[in-house]
Amino acid sequence: MSGLLKSSIGRKVAMALSGLFLVVFLTQHFVINSTAVLAPELFNTWSHFMGTNGLVQFGLQPVLIFGVVFHFIMGFALELQNRKARPVKYASYKGGAAAPWTSRNMIISGLVILAFLGLHFYDFWIPEMIHKYVETHPEDPTRYYAETVHKFENPVRVGLYVLSFVLLALHLWHGFASSFQSVGFNNKFSVALSKFAKVWSVAIPVGFIIIAVYLHFNQIPH
Amino acid sequence: MKLTLKIWRQKNAQAKGQMVTYPIDGIDGDMSFLEMMDVLNNELINKGEEPVVFDHDCREGICGSCSMFINGEAHGPDRLVTTCQLHMRKFKDGDTITIEPWRAAGFPVIKDLMVDRSSFDRIQHAGGFISINTSGNTQDANAIPIEKIDADAAFDAATCIGCGACVASCKNSSAMLFVSAKVSQFALLPQGQVEATDRVLNMVKQMDEEGFGNCTNTGACEVECPKGISLENIARMNREYLAASLKG
Ligand code: HEM
Ligand code: SF4
Ligand code: FES
Repeated sequence: MSGLLKSSIGRKVAMALSGLFLVVFLTQHFVINSTAVLAPELFNTWSHFMGTNGLVQFGLQPVLIFGVVFHFIMGFALELQNRKARPVKYASYKGGAAAPWTSRNMIISGLVILAFLGLHFYDFWIPEMIHKYVETHPEDPTRYYAETVHKFENPVRVGLYVLSFVLLALHLWHGFASSFQSVGFNNKFSVALSKFAKVWSVAIPVGFIIIAVYLHFNQIPH
Repeated sequence: MKLTLKIWRQKNAQAKGQMVTYPIDGIDGDMSFLEMMDVLNNELINKGEEPVVFDHDCREGICGSCSMFINGEAHGPDRLVTTCQLHMRKFKDGDTITIEPWRAAGFPVIKDLMVDRSSFDRIQHAGGFISINTSGNTQDANAIPIEKIDADAAFDAATCIGCGACVASCKNSSAMLFVSAKVSQFALLPQGQVEATDRVLNMVKQMDEEGFGNCTNTGACEVECPKGISLENIARMNREYLAASLKG
């Protein structure tokens, strides 16, 4: 076991497991967000639960933050190692002849997602933390829906969200299916699993885009 | 055919090296790529210049030595062939062809297009063998029945010729396809079980120490491999490696 995270394969497996964990999280996040379009009252109920439940706040939330930080730091570490492995570049290199763009540019899509996470934390997470734990307002379980809708008033923000989700889809187009290979799962089920992963990796980001655009065009008075 | 060749020239391992342009004429479509290189080298020798150094041996696609990165792809634009099996009819009159050595920290250039692939030997020495005495008292191969599916997969993996095209093609210069082929050819057979744990741990350790990159599953290696070694071998090696890490 010792030194597993120092080996190339160990690191790649860690990358895949943290990525898969984020995929599960993203699914959950999407299901809750979809209620903002489908059933605003349910959105309030679930947001209130997620925002106040001790297990979610102090159990799952730190795990999630660790998962994200671990994933992108490991991503940077692998990228640096991989660059070092080819000190002299080719004068002519047809990367696209043998491998798709998405697979060769995970660091680019990843960096866009990271920038998006910065914006997303600034928009939602930091205000939430201040609201709850610094200014300690009394909890109003009906505040979430209106707050969320107002965040999507600004078209520039909606544009940035849409762009980030496109890059997220590209990241997952390669990443989701690839993570099975990384953990050693490649057998007669792989073709079907890979198809599912590709459908998912487009459907979920497109779903997030629809929600953001819908809320932008369905503003409610302040 | 009239062609323009842009070839990497480098005096020795320490020298800086650069691309040099050579016009060449009278190339026949039925010539192999290496024969075209022979024509060029003859001309260079006749002019009193140094011929281009490149690795080659069998010239029939089995030794794996003819390493050339041609127009941005290992062994050129054709699939499932080595450079010696690549024909000049794959190119058109007037084409410019860029020819470079494999580029990887694990494959330092010795001279011109020739690289040092002894890192592959060291990986093999670390575990790519079985401890069965084969001198004189070899058992009949059919004495141990092996499932056809496993036997075929092991044999497919064993067709790897150690050319290094996988490393050369990979954006990360990863040697995973090569190492996984060498692990898989034993992992699937009963004879390979004795050293299975040490084999995968030691070979991967050596691979990492040689400075090859990590696998991003881009699949470029599989596309450019002259022997069609499959990515399934990499998944198998990942499984073997995880199981071995948990054991020891
Ligand atoms: C926070 C910014 C992020 C960065 C900088 C980042 C970076 C990367 C990089 C560089 C890789 C490729 C690693 C390799 O060479 O194999 C990768 C793989 C992956 N990422 Fe991300 N990523 C980020 C966020 C995410 C998110 C939010 C998800 C999922 C919702 C995700 C899911 C995955 C998956 C599934 C893989 C594939 C792992 C594999 O091939 O085994 N990533 N990421
Ligand atoms: S796996 Fe294919 S490309 Fe890599 S060394 Fe073996 S034969 Fe060459
Ligand atoms: S010279 Fe032997 S494979 Fe090309």
